[in-house]
Amino acid sequence: MIELYVLLGLMIAGAVIAIEVKNLLSAVIAVGIVGLALSIIFLLLKAPDVALTQIVVEIVAVILLIRATLHREIALKSCGTRPFGAFMGILFLGLAVVAAIVTFNSLAPFGAPLMTVSQFYPMNAITGTGAINVVSSIILDYRAYDTLGEATVLFTAVIGVLTVMRSVGKKKEEDVQENHE
Amino acid sequence: MSKEHDRGMTVIVKTVTRLTVGLILLYGIYIILHGHLTPGGGFAGGVIIALAFINLDLAFGGGVSAKIFSKGKTSVVEALGAVMFLTLALLGMKYGGFFDNFLHPDGSAGQLVSAGIIPLENIAISLKVGAGLFGIFLTLIVLQKFESEKK
Repeated sequence: MIELYVLLGLMIAGAVIAIEVKNLLSAVIAVGIVGLALSIIFLLLKAPDVALTQIVVEIVAVILLIRATLHREIALKSCGTRPFGAFMGILFLGLAVVAAIVTFNSLAPFGAPLMTVSQFYPMNAITGTGAINVVSSIILDYRAYDTLGEATVLFTAVIGVLTVMRSVGKKKEEDVQENHE
Repeated sequence: MSKEHDRGMTVIVKTVTRLTVGLILLYGIYIILHGHLTPGGGFAGGVIIALAFINLDLAFGGGVSAKIFSKGKTSVVEALGAVMFLTLALLGMKYGGFFDNFLHPDGSAGQLVSAGIIPLENIAISLKVGAGLFGIFLTLIVLQKFESEKK
């Protein structure tokens, strides 16, 4: 268990560095540390499917962030101190911590979940679907609606990015043509 | 020296990329096709395949992979993956319900050809995810090119 706490400390340190550091490249690398530590935690908790997906998506996200932010000058605005805002922030953070402590005390202990509904899947997945990988049989057979929703979310995101970026590109092309004419 | 040698990273990076990009692509295909047997699946495998193309782009300078796999093609392939996934779901309606595993009796558990429509769904998701992420990457590069030309 001690390695989990070390990795959790690394993640928190990476997140704090990513917010506080002024250099954009350093911030992106710190975000990458958070993702890598999370992937190793998934691996230690015996979830290789999620660990693989996490590390692969993290690589893509870091590359996209570097390529999208590095050559662009983003003005850093320093916001002034707001005593009322800071007071309300601390107040709601404290309320959230109290609510979390109350909630987590009433849950089953970590590593021993309530297996009332989900017990069916590991027992029947191989004979029911023929897939050795039980995770795959759940996300693509028993809970395929979830995968459909996830695919829809990604589809919408891609369409949004393509649409937003395309309008800029097309406008520029027209400008170039007008200049030539 | 031709024009291609001036762009991108150093010769070392280009040589290593030339050697490894095929292996990365092969690993992605393996992850997809064995999604019902080993950890992984359509999502992770699709992202690995997109990463192989992104790797080419980073090493050889912008626009190399766009010649192999243009932005229009990514849109078509992504839509094709979505349509394939929905078609598999709708075909199940004939046999019992939405997302019914109608091919299940084919093959025995543990074989590559088994688990009914789950491998096919993995392939559909990989097409969708890989083409979608690569399309996002291409769009950001294209936008950057326009902005650098403006300056």
